[in-house]
Amino acid sequence: MMKKKRVAVVGAGMTKFMRRAQETGKELAYEAARMALDSCGLRIEDIECVTMGSAPDAFDGVHMKGEYLIDGAGAWRKPYMRNYVGGGTGVFAPIHGWQHIASGLFDTCLVVCEEKMSSCRPHPQAAFLTIFDNLTERPLGPNLVWIFALEMHRYMHVHNIPKEKIAVVSVKNKKNAMDHPCAQLPQKITVEDVLNSETLVWPVQRLDISPTSDGAAAIVLASEDVAKKITDSPVWIDGVGWNLDTAYWTNRDLYYPQYVENAARMAYQMAGIKNPREEIDFAEPYDPFDYKELHHMEGLMLCKKGEAPNLAWEGVTQRDGKLPICPSGGLLGVGNPIAAAGLMKICELFWQLRREAGKRQVPGDPRTAVAQAWGDLMQVGTVVVMRA
Amino acid sequence: MSVRVKGYAGTPLREEDLEQRRVLLVSYWPKAKYIWSAGIAIGRYLAELKNGRIVGRQCNKCGRIVVPPRMFCEWCFRPNDSWVILKDSGVVNTFSISRITADATRIKEPLIPAVIQIDGTTNAGILHLVGETDPEDVRFGMKVQALWKPPEERTGSVTDIKYFRPIEGEQ
Repeated sequence: MMKKKRVAVVGAGMTKFMRRAQETGKELAYEAARMALDSCGLRIEDIECVTMGSAPDAFDGVHMKGEYLIDGAGAWRKPYMRNYVGGGTGVFAPIHGWQHIASGLFDTCLVVCEEKMSSCRPHPQAAFLTIFDNLTERPLGPNLVWIFALEMHRYMHVHNIPKEKIAVVSVKNKKNAMDHPCAQLPQKITVEDVLNSETLVWPVQRLDISPTSDGAAAIVLASEDVAKKITDSPVWIDGVGWNLDTAYWTNRDLYYPQYVENAARMAYQMAGIKNPREEIDFAEPYDPFDYKELHHMEGLMLCKKGEAPNLAWEGVTQRDGKLPICPSGGLLGVGNPIAAAGLMKICELFWQLRREAGKRQVPGDPRTAVAQAWGDLMQVGTVVVMRA
Repeated sequence: MSVRVKGYAGTPLREEDLEQRRVLLVSYWPKAKYIWSAGIAIGRYLAELKNGRIVGRQCNKCGRIVVPPRMFCEWCFRPNDSWVILKDSGVVNTFSISRITADATRIKEPLIPAVIQIDGTTNAGILHLVGETDPEDVRFGMKVQALWKPPEERTGSVTDIKYFRPIEGEQ
């Protein structure tokens, strides 16, 4: 697979993440996009095309959400397209933007992700139910948490993982988020707090889950020549990968996300990474639930299958550990406005690799990092490798 | 957030702000309704559930027998070949214990959603419920069998199976 042009991230921005924002989706998208442009000194006239990532229209009750958001996303009278792969959208959006530039079609691309989940009443949970198969599953009255509980339980069973080695992820990410000025749920909690929180669908408890959120994030992409004129410290997108498994989710073994591994292999091959465990300095895997961070570390081949819970338990994945995981605070701590949460992880890689992350800065000399998102019926993996 | 950025946008609202109309709001209650044709494969599947049996489809190229049935093999990407009458029993591949309903209402008597691998398939499972057992007694790999509604109550739906219950001697 050959890419024509090397692509860099040159700017990034985001709004605060919160349960309920007064701003509309368009206003949130505008704020994030404006901040991303300002961060690299570009005007909207410098942007040749725009891509938008946003999750189900049902959250907003607004159909054609891409078109609805266009003006806030800075895409007025520009080549513009929305992309959507469920929860995987936030890391697919930069891949979509990468395609626009790597193909040689454009030299600059603004990538915007927005989510406003609070409009759906009384809880956006209801909008999620329609992901279940309409003919064979919805008549059973499923709750969204069911599929995650079924996946988490299978994962725990196959590797004989005790719940506390999963709960420690929630503790870590909410603590990391205390250093993130946009965070919705920065908290100092203990493993006991997680284990004592309300059981919703065993083994999923209240504090295993990320919140629902409103928010937006944006990045500016540029081709190599243009990027070097914009900034002295571009961060390169050196590998991208995406992969989807069957929607017949009850026909596969949920203990391992093979589709994430497939996406990671594609991205690593493009980036020339042969041994991810040695070559990746830190990672932002998708963590809407605490077990998902561990599941995805394994899918990203950052450790062996079943090994991630031990690494988390031993502190290896702390921000000052040997392999920092979700130094941002992740979805569990910063919040989960679906598509914007994924792009927040790309923003974090950008700021970390530019040494701009302040109190969240991972120690040492991080040069290579990976971000990943996941979604739909536990079937999509999206992966981006970035280098300073 | 970058250390180079000092301010960031976003104005939080509380639930009370909405309830007490402290901000201007517009509301909408969609009344969308849908009727889905069950299609060829699931149409037969549901009709057979009404007859009290579970059917799958077999692909002669890869050999897989799958349920829920489809008229094509997504692996080989060709039409699959035959209907297979399966047993109404299987094993618990994974399960959970739900203390909430579809709309997140709390319930006293928990539900036990599970993926049941149907006997005779190629590790193919369906989503259903386990019943007639304490949640504490459910195990991975437990053998279970469908409890059918009486024929006159069946409608051609996955709910024609009330739930799967442990096969005697399993507990």
